[in-house]
Amino acid sequence: MKHSAGQQNLNTITYETLKYLSKTPCRHQSPEIVREFLTAMKSHRLTKAEKLQLLNHRPMTAVEIQLMVEETEERFTEEEQIEALLHTVTSILPAEPEAEQRTGASSAEAMDEEGPA
Amino acid sequence: MFVLVEMVDTVRIPPWQFDRKLNDSIAEELNKKLANKMGKLRLRQAVSEWWSWHWKLALSCHHDPALARALHPSKVVYNVGLCICLFDITRLEDSYVFPGDGASHTKVHFRYVVFHPFLDEILIGKIKGCSPEGVHVSLGFFDDILIPPESLQQPAKFDEAEQVWVWEYETEEGAHDLYMDTGEDIRFRVVDESFVDTSPTGPRSAEAAASEEQPRKEAPYSLVGSIIEPGLGLLSWWTNS
Repeated sequence: MKHSAGQQNLNTITYETLKYLSKTPCRHQSPEIVREFLTAMKSHRLTKAEKLQLLNHRPMTAVEIQLMVEETEERFTEEEQIEALLHTVTSILPAEPEAEQRTGASSAEAMDEEGPA
Repeated sequence: MFVLVEMVDTVRIPPWQFDRKLNDSIAEELNKKLANKMGKLRLRQAVSEWWSWHWKLALSCHHDPALARALHPSKVVYNVGLCICLFDITRLEDSYVFPGDGASHTKVHFRYVVFHPFLDEILIGKIKGCSPEGVHVSLGFFDDILIPPESLQQPAKFDEAEQVWVWEYETEEGAHDLYMDTGEDIRFRVVDESFVDTSPTGPRSAEAAASEEQPRKEAPYSLVGSIIEPGLGLLSWWTNS
């Protein structure tokens, strides 16, 4: 192919990037899910960067939340607030099948619906 | 971890490509110029919007026509990160043919997907290997991530025989050694980045298992990570049993 050398860079990088993304929870997301998530997140008052990380990682434990959200001790004085945040994350964002097995008894497995923001 | 960067560049299309759709030629040329390269690019504005739809990223990479490449050398303003692929063309200005050159020149406004994690962002990668310098992590499409010894879970020691870093995790029964093996998934925080002006040089020398001294050839864009906080490090360390 005439432009094979130049094409190769694009092919390599897109292949590797897609491969990486296919192993993240993001592969199951759709624009509708992202929209629904961001709407539900309004009540939790997180920064854009914090919401982005929750979308990218779909954390399932309080420890992960504390890594991605700054100053949780000051902003989430009640333990229930972190639980509520975890619930929003895990109920709206689709899981990877293995991930559900891995964490087993996650605290955010409640079946009740959370009200809209 | 990805951003959309608005850029402007002039794309030169040789006459033998005039039969192709303009957008296709332009897309192809831009991707040839930028994809998988550390961006030193002319920016129309400062780095633009965040992009939170990785799913959409996957989709757009499949469907985008390639844009024409700019052979016209663009001025360097500053580095922006690792260029992945064209996102879209926002504006095409008129195409001009100049005397003496049969090719057309088109000024293109476009957006490019660039890998550029923000400071303190949490990422998950795979351990590529260990050296006395620290733990080397890769994302597959991006390789130059280092977690230095002082940013590992402490106390940590380097096992010379196995060339692997070890977290000497303390329990009541004494120290329990946790090995940071190649291939393991690792969650880390981006604590620093470095852009190095590298002009084109010869082929990269073959990397041995570890490079003992500073690499002769520095990566144009590299990240420094940390796993010193609770929840960071190998994913297997923090999985609920």
